[in-house]
Amino acid sequence: MLDAVLSGLRLVATLDLRLWEIVGLSLAVSLSAVALATLLGLPLGAAIAVARFPGRQAVIVVLNALMGLPPVVVGLFIYLLLSRAGPLGELGLLFTPQAMVIAQTVLVLPIIAALARQSVEDAWREYEEQLRSLGADGWGGALTVLWDIRFSLLTAVLAGLGRASAEVGAVMIVGGNIDGVTRVMTTTIALETSKGDLPLALGLGIVLIAIVLALNAAAHMIKEAAQQRVR
Amino acid sequence: MGMILRVLLASLVCASAQAQTRFITVASTTSTEQSGLFKHLLPMFEQKTGIQVRVVALGTGQALDMGKRGDADVVFVHAKALEEKFVAEGFGVKRFEVMYNDFVLVGPRSDPAKVGGSKDIVAALQRIKAAQASFASRGDKSGTHFAELQLWKMAGIDIDKAKGPWYRDTGSGMGPTLNTAAGMNAYALADRGTWLSFKNRGELVISVEGDQRLFNQYGVILVNSAKHPHVKKDMGQAFVDWIVSPEGQAAIAAYKIGGEQLFFPNAKG
Amino acid sequence: MSAILPLRVEEVSFSAGGRAIIERVSLELEAGLSTIILGANGAGKSVLMRLMHGLLQPTSGRVAWSGEGARRRQAMVFQRPVMLRRSAYANVVYALEVAGVPAAERKRLATAALEEVGLRQVAQRPARVLSGGEQQRLALARAWALHPEILFLDEPTANLDPGATREIETIIKAFDAAGTKIVMSTHSLGQARRLGDEVIFLHQGRVAERSPIGRFFPQPASPEAAAFVKGELPWA
Repeated sequence: MLDAVLSGLRLVATLDLRLWEIVGLSLAVSLSAVALATLLGLPLGAAIAVARFPGRQAVIVVLNALMGLPPVVVGLFIYLLLSRAGPLGELGLLFTPQAMVIAQTVLVLPIIAALARQSVEDAWREYEEQLRSLGADGWGGALTVLWDIRFSLLTAVLAGLGRASAEVGAVMIVGGNIDGVTRVMTTTIALETSKGDLPLALGLGIVLIAIVLALNAAAHMIKEAAQQRVR
Repeated sequence: MGMILRVLLASLVCASAQAQTRFITVASTTSTEQSGLFKHLLPMFEQKTGIQVRVVALGTGQALDMGKRGDADVVFVHAKALEEKFVAEGFGVKRFEVMYNDFVLVGPRSDPAKVGGSKDIVAALQRIKAAQASFASRGDKSGTHFAELQLWKMAGIDIDKAKGPWYRDTGSGMGPTLNTAAGMNAYALADRGTWLSFKNRGELVISVEGDQRLFNQYGVILVNSAKHPHVKKDMGQAFVDWIVSPEGQAAIAAYKIGGEQLFFPNAKG
Repeated sequence: MSAILPLRVEEVSFSAGGRAIIERVSLELEAGLSTIILGANGAGKSVLMRLMHGLLQPTSGRVAWSGEGARRRQAMVFQRPVMLRRSAYANVVYALEVAGVPAAERKRLATAALEEVGLRQVAQRPARVLSGGEQQRLALARAWALHPEILFLDEPTANLDPGATREIETIIKAFDAAGTKIVMSTHSLGQARRLGDEVIFLHQGRVAERSPIGRFFPQPASPEAAAFVKGELPWA
């Protein structure tokens, strides 16, 4: 096993440009998806946390359940939407990085929204009376709380990033794993494994984990620095 | 919020439109791609015509399905009966024969069914069933899978009835099936191309090869733009024309792994 | 804009979880007098104030203000101050923002409010690192900046030491002097005497007595209030 790891890392070190192209695409797709999902998911989670409406409990249950959406099912669903034979075929988005971003956004959105909902709801208990007294109820109050607890929301965003960079099912189906166009780290690892080139696959896997680790470390340090200034 | 969404969607669509450097989408099979043929072949075509070929590699069933949906411009698979049905149903314009490669039966060095060195695939399958030796099947509606089912039929075995715990249906591509066979020391039917580039062999070696019945014919079909007007008819036709032309055929013959030719061009005319 | 006072509470009841907490309370609050709400724990003081301020909706009856825009002309200070994770100054500015005060005005009003409560020195410090007394003063600054017509206070000094309590009481008197009507609940009879002009005594969700401060102390008229005062001051 150690042999495989070492030879894998060695192989990876010699792959140069093509490897970094693949890494670049992986990061572009996953980071875009997480950014989009955060933009949509945080306000969505905050809104559900603060609003009171019939069926709210059911919505929360469904949102939490959607965190467990199987990537391959999402991929299939988006594929059927974007296929030429499907409703959005005109857009010509199938087998492009854009399609991969869409699929991953769908996958990650419930995670960020559900976790944000929980955090905002917990904080709302503390803030509600005072904010409503000042006249900041509803949407304004929700956004105020969201901004106030922004540092603790970072974990939700990182959970989303973890999910996006780790999944292979969705990007494989909507991207097609096309060499030089839609091939990313996870689909390359799957491909090399199925070709029986296990050392290379393992080496790529280690690179992927290292990159995600680096991203998490960077996010953590930025958060600490920013938090110091506001407490 | 709504404004932001509209801008994002617009730039998404714009980017996708701009990304339309001249390219066609070809639906082919995982075994063809994993053999490395496309890496060898496509740059030549691209250089000659300036058309980028984007290959989506799936199982044969899925590749043809892509053609039916209009998600590909050309299909390039190896399942003659299915291809002819595809054209007959109006999804494809015309089928051209391109090349053939062959299947080999791989199996464990220990050879429990005693089929090694034989040139008779049908007899070998009968012996494997009799010995109830482990056999890994792709089971994924691929060209290879259909070929395997045909061979069982030729051996007079109704595999649906005859299968027992010795017959493993992996439902996956050639590589993963070989991984499984290597892991279980089982026999498996593989295309020569995938086998030659497969690195995780374990105890597996070639048990049976050279039987005429193991030959695997490839066909290329332009997707019918009458059914799907957006199909890139001209560029797709250029690809079909090139691959059956003397130049394309020579390029196919020139592809070798470890000095061995994998595909044998046989386009007519 | 016309004044929002007097406030008329008409046959207001409130129940929750099957229990009646406020039962058919009717009263009228006028400008000028500082009103102290007294009562035992569970008498309904906090709920009554929240009903008047609009944080709770009555189960029956209604709360009627006299003028338009009552929403923006009131403020409330709670027992525990709730501050945003921003500077003290930013917290006051936030309140002005929500109230729709134009940007040009906010800086002036916020600075003046912090000056009024004596927090100018710590204006840029994060609000949450201030002491309990300072945070409560900040809550009052937040209310001051809005120049409300009525200020509700729910046991504002219950968690503070005597020194901080004095500071808070000074500020409350300043509100009164500036024309804001004070409505405050407290457990401290001394505080009631120092700050109040009249007392509303609540007993089990009903108004048992309403008297001017001079009449209520040393001996309230109603038996319930008398028992309460005796309980608080066993030597009376």
